[in-house]
Amino acid sequence: MSDRDPSAPGVEPGPSPTKVSRRTLLAKLGLAGATAAVGGASTALAAAAVNDESFQDELATYFQDHYVRMTKEELEQAVARLERKAKREYGVELRVSNHPPIEGVLFGYALNISKCKGYRKCVYACVRENNITRHPQTHYIRVLEMNKGSLDLEHSDPYYNPESVPRSGKFYLPIQCHHCENPPCVRACPTQATWKEPDGIVVVDYNWCIGCHYCVVACPYWARRFNPVTPSLPVDEINLDTHYLGNRPRMRGVIEKCTFCINRTRQGKLPACQEACPTGARVFGNLLDPNSEISRILKSKTVFRLKEDLNTEPKFWFYTD
Amino acid sequence: MTFLQFLFDALTVSLRGGRNFWRWMALLGATSAIGIYAYSIQFERGILATSGLSEEVAWGIYIANFAFLIGIAAAAVMLVIPAYIFNNKEIKQVVLIGEAMAISACLMAVMFILASLGRPDRLWHILPLIGRMNFPRSMLAWDVVVINFYLFLNIVMFFTMLYTNYKGSEPYFPAYFLGVLVAILVAISIHTVTAFLFSSNVSRPYWHSAILGPRFLASAFTSGPALIILALQFIRNNTRYLVDDKVIETLAIIMTVTLQINMFLLAVEMYTEFYSQTRHASSIQYLFFGFKGYSSLVPWIWTSIALNLVAVLGLSIHPIRRNRMYLNVACVFTITGIWIEKGMGLVIPGFIPTPLGDIVEYIPTHYEIGVCLGIWSIGTILFTLLVRSAIPIQLGDLSRLSRQIRRGGSRRIRNP
Repeated sequence: MSDRDPSAPGVEPGPSPTKVSRRTLLAKLGLAGATAAVGGASTALAAAAVNDESFQDELATYFQDHYVRMTKEELEQAVARLERKAKREYGVELRVSNHPPIEGVLFGYALNISKCKGYRKCVYACVRENNITRHPQTHYIRVLEMNKGSLDLEHSDPYYNPESVPRSGKFYLPIQCHHCENPPCVRACPTQATWKEPDGIVVVDYNWCIGCHYCVVACPYWARRFNPVTPSLPVDEINLDTHYLGNRPRMRGVIEKCTFCINRTRQGKLPACQEACPTGARVFGNLLDPNSEISRILKSKTVFRLKEDLNTEPKFWFYTD
Repeated sequence: MTFLQFLFDALTVSLRGGRNFWRWMALLGATSAIGIYAYSIQFERGILATSGLSEEVAWGIYIANFAFLIGIAAAAVMLVIPAYIFNNKEIKQVVLIGEAMAISACLMAVMFILASLGRPDRLWHILPLIGRMNFPRSMLAWDVVVINFYLFLNIVMFFTMLYTNYKGSEPYFPAYFLGVLVAILVAISIHTVTAFLFSSNVSRPYWHSAILGPRFLASAFTSGPALIILALQFIRNNTRYLVDDKVIETLAIIMTVTLQINMFLLAVEMYTEFYSQTRHASSIQYLFFGFKGYSSLVPWIWTSIALNLVAVLGLSIHPIRRNRMYLNVACVFTITGIWIEKGMGLVIPGFIPTPLGDIVEYIPTHYEIGVCLGIWSIGTILFTLLVRSAIPIQLGDLSRLSRQIRRGGSRRIRNP
């Protein structure tokens, strides 16, 4: 992570000469490609398109660099483009923040399965908070209805839909991205479009992902989602408070996942799933702070993690009362 | 200048043909058009909208064909190894056919990868320097490197051989031999790396097995020679090009032995999974016998096993194998069997059940089948043209000399 964080205090990364030349080259290549594609037939149309703001934005977005390599100015421009796009497409004033990781913070999550009653409030709060596509419906959190007496995932039912929960003889196991310390998805990604931030959050640069699905294949917790179509968001339900690496509206054909609500948690707020949980089963916090609730739980309760034999070191623990 | 002349001549001669040739090309052109149309719809609507893929099954028939084609590409070395290492003169005549097949198969494999991407427009992100290639950590990055290198190597070697023959000489032997040695190593590595692409996933116990690499190589060295035998049988029946019986026999023996090994390795895999009956066996259980009432791949895989068994039984008996008719049938059986086994039979069960124990089945849609058909057609067109330019040059019908004679107006060359 040494080449990252343009917005960290005290770092003034000016545009380096090599970067400029690479970008110019790319722009030239792109222009050549565009010219070839357009051909001679519709020169007038092309000229009109070139002057169009949305076309220029799309072109600039296409040649945008990887998040960790962008200079501060480039990142600001990328953010401005996203905000303009939201204005154009949804007519909303989107705020795309870029809060850096907080020093001395490593996020972790603990979930009390004896308190979880399977209401799925976290699932739907997550959908709204993270601007997840509604049609088709995608969820970052999947709650498994498990048979008491066993942790066998193969006997779980994610589609449970009884009159009321909890059902007798069952317990509930919500699963989302475990933000592994040793994440197989990050290793798998051929373009480094997904990586682990210093505060432990595994993020995706949606503008860099090529949609190859290899991270989806690699994840042992089935936590990654693919945007099959351009996400459909009801305008009045769009969450305007977004983060560049988190819940900003995504495009079609890329991978997304739980980011521990990076737009909230990096500003000291709790993730939406914990806020929504009516039973208080969820505890999110800083693992490096010995006095945080999560640290106390890890010290005092009997906890377990899923699939520890895979050595992925998840930062998501389960415990019981 | 001569090189441009050579390219022009090679292309011209490859396009000169009778009615059957043009019927063949028209058929392939039509199926390519279907594929391009299907892909354009996929590009417009998005891959999950037009395919049978889901959140649960992330890879389908595209990656299945990709895995199979990497095997075909790698198997071109099955011709090269005996030709150059053991100096088998007869095989040397048909090395070019193998290389043409490697080039076509590699390009098809690359097209299948492109077809499976959610954002093919962003492919430049994987390039070193201007992109951000995750090398050496990502096995997919490794695959991109070795496949492109192998493709490049085969193109260079194919055209070097043709071009020097066109000029009436032979390639500079030490350099060419070095190229051959490197190609052998890279051929083995493209298939090993592709196996690692699957077996490196701890999340998918069905693939997470050390035997997957050897199984990949064994099946590649079965289906590759089988396809080459069919191509050679066609060539020797329809052209003046001499394909020695020894060549076919050598390839048939290679195919027989590797098919035996392949069946053995499959049995080993099945034993390990079924004897211990752990949760890791769920996928193979799904593939062979169905799992929790889901069984759409069961008839599919048993067809493959039956085809391979029939082929291996006959091939293992010398007199039967030497029967040309049986050999052709066995080749078709083997190719189909391996295509099922190292295609859908390999890819789909990896996703069933999901790491959370859920089961969602996968059936390819018309669009996906259309795209597959298109890619196979484009690859076959390429292979046809490459072979049709190679044969007249090898026969001496087309050379710089013949071109000069032709200019004098004394002789017209025809594609044999």
